[in-house]
Amino acid sequence: MKELSLNILDIAKNSVKAGADQIEILLAETDELLAVTVKDNGCGMTPEFLASVTDPFTTTRTTRRVGLGIPLFKLASEQTGGTFHIASRDIGSHPEDHGTETGATFFKTHIDCAPLGDVVSSVVTLIQADPDIRWIFIHTMKDRSVRLDTNELKAVLGDVPLNVPEVIAWIGDYLKEQYDHKEG
Amino acid sequence: MKSLAELQAIREKMQSKVILREGSGDVRVVVGMATCGIAAGARPVLNTFVEEVAKQGLSDKVTVTQTGCIGICQFEPVVEIYEAGKEKVTYVKMTAEKAKEVVEKHLKGGKVIEDYAIKNI
Repeated sequence: MKELSLNILDIAKNSVKAGADQIEILLAETDELLAVTVKDNGCGMTPEFLASVTDPFTTTRTTRRVGLGIPLFKLASEQTGGTFHIASRDIGSHPEDHGTETGATFFKTHIDCAPLGDVVSSVVTLIQADPDIRWIFIHTMKDRSVRLDTNELKAVLGDVPLNVPEVIAWIGDYLKEQYDHKEG
Repeated sequence: MKSLAELQAIREKMQSKVILREGSGDVRVVVGMATCGIAAGARPVLNTFVEEVAKQGLSDKVTVTQTGCIGICQFEPVVEIYEAGKEKVTYVKMTAEKAKEVVEKHLKGGKVIEDYAIKNI
């Protein structure tokens, strides 16, 4: 993956596959560190599956027996001196409160830290594919923050889906504008 | 500044079109967006299809969707085009530029770009 935003897109797709109807993508940045968290209320994983999930030979895909999404995300973090974590509660044992949280930290000044890249494009791509999910995206930086909650947009849009081209374009511009706008 | 009032305007505009949309969508563009596709550059390909289809006024006829791994990871980014009554067309090793061309020539012009496609087996 050339950009961390592509890893984020890939990891969030796991949450979609887990049947989540709410997915949060949280980015918190300081001068030195970037923390990425993807949190969902999907079906979760059993402790056995969770234990093997960073192994490339563990996968939910049916077309081949290799799954590189989580291993690549973990590697991208650890090669900067950062850490990776994943926690999950599976629906079988926790019918009321299930889901998965995947996160990693990145030392931005490390030479092996991939650029964050076009995170707006990743968020737009996720909404385009699954407009019925409630997407919450928050990116806090030192001097500004960017925020999107698709429930707020749905309240205005009514029965018009989030993924009609006009709305998708609007969401992209809305996020970009927040990135360009410094607070204070 | 972008405002929610603009969304309201989009809603009003779309509601008048919703009735027209139903029963159409004869062409489906499916972009592979698993780890293999994403790593190979599927995101800009997908976004180009979404933008160009809207720009060329094909939104009533063409739907752009995403799928998981199609199984030919070495040929990613892979794009499949399904059209009622026609054989599926599979475009491989796509780029944003090629996507733009496919919208123009195939989706709008009705002509398959054989150079970018692989044969169905």
